[in-house]
Amino acid sequence: MVSTSALDFRIPSDLGQIEGIVAQVVHRCRECRFDARLLSLNVPVALTEAIANAMLRGNGEDVAKEVRIRAEVSEVRLVVEVEDEGEGFDLDACAEDPTTPENLAREDGRGLFLMRTLMDEVVQVEGSSHVVRLTLRRR
Amino acid sequence: MTLDANLHGDVLVIALHGQLIVGNRQALKQRVLDDIEAGTRKVVVDFANTGYIDSSGLGVLVSLAKRLRELGGDLRLANLNADLRTLFELTKLDSLFQIADSRDQALASF
Repeated sequence: MVSTSALDFRIPSDLGQIEGIVAQVVHRCRECRFDARLLSLNVPVALTEAIANAMLRGNGEDVAKEVRIRAEVSEVRLVVEVEDEGEGFDLDACAEDPTTPENLAREDGRGLFLMRTLMDEVVQVEGSSHVVRLTLRRR
Repeated sequence: MTLDANLHGDVLVIALHGQLIVGNRQALKQRVLDDIEAGTRKVVVDFANTGYIDSSGLGVLVSLAKRLRELGGDLRLANLNADLRTLFELTKLDSLFQIADSRDQALASF
């Protein structure tokens, strides 16, 4: 039987709070014996990107607007949903490759790329344009 | 994240302690920009005590390197752990930066 534990946070759009939330999710993944590399790279970087994106682009850096982070962790996988209070966006429309020669020297544009590269799946939750779901299988 | 900054000859060495991410990237950016304003042109960022960097942190490094190169200088990196090296490889930023195995090697490269 697979046991799943859940975390649920609601935080203001304060970038300084991201690291603490990420640390708690990583800790829960460690308890579920995720591979060390996933704990030190994939989970913290992808989750930081998702929460920062919700605060900066979704909520427009408005500290009065909240971000909700729900994480379900089991010995099979991590599923995180990050929800903002913004107008929503089309995730599939953001497909620019930051590794091409013309984009390489840009300061921005790597966040979604890293999320997609470091997670097994990054999707918008069906029926909601402002909830992103990240899935990572344990290995 | 905290940072220690020391001059080694004409090279500014910045040692980071903690993660370089969206919530603190401005501290590194402002520190280096202030030193550029004061005449610094060569910078080494030492990541010996950094676990991970997000896209904002990478962006600040790109921005500072660009500025220093415009002025005839450079920003070089040292002591990246395996995760950080992977990040630079995934983003192909390993082709944009000179990356040294140690601080001494980075200093000697100038």
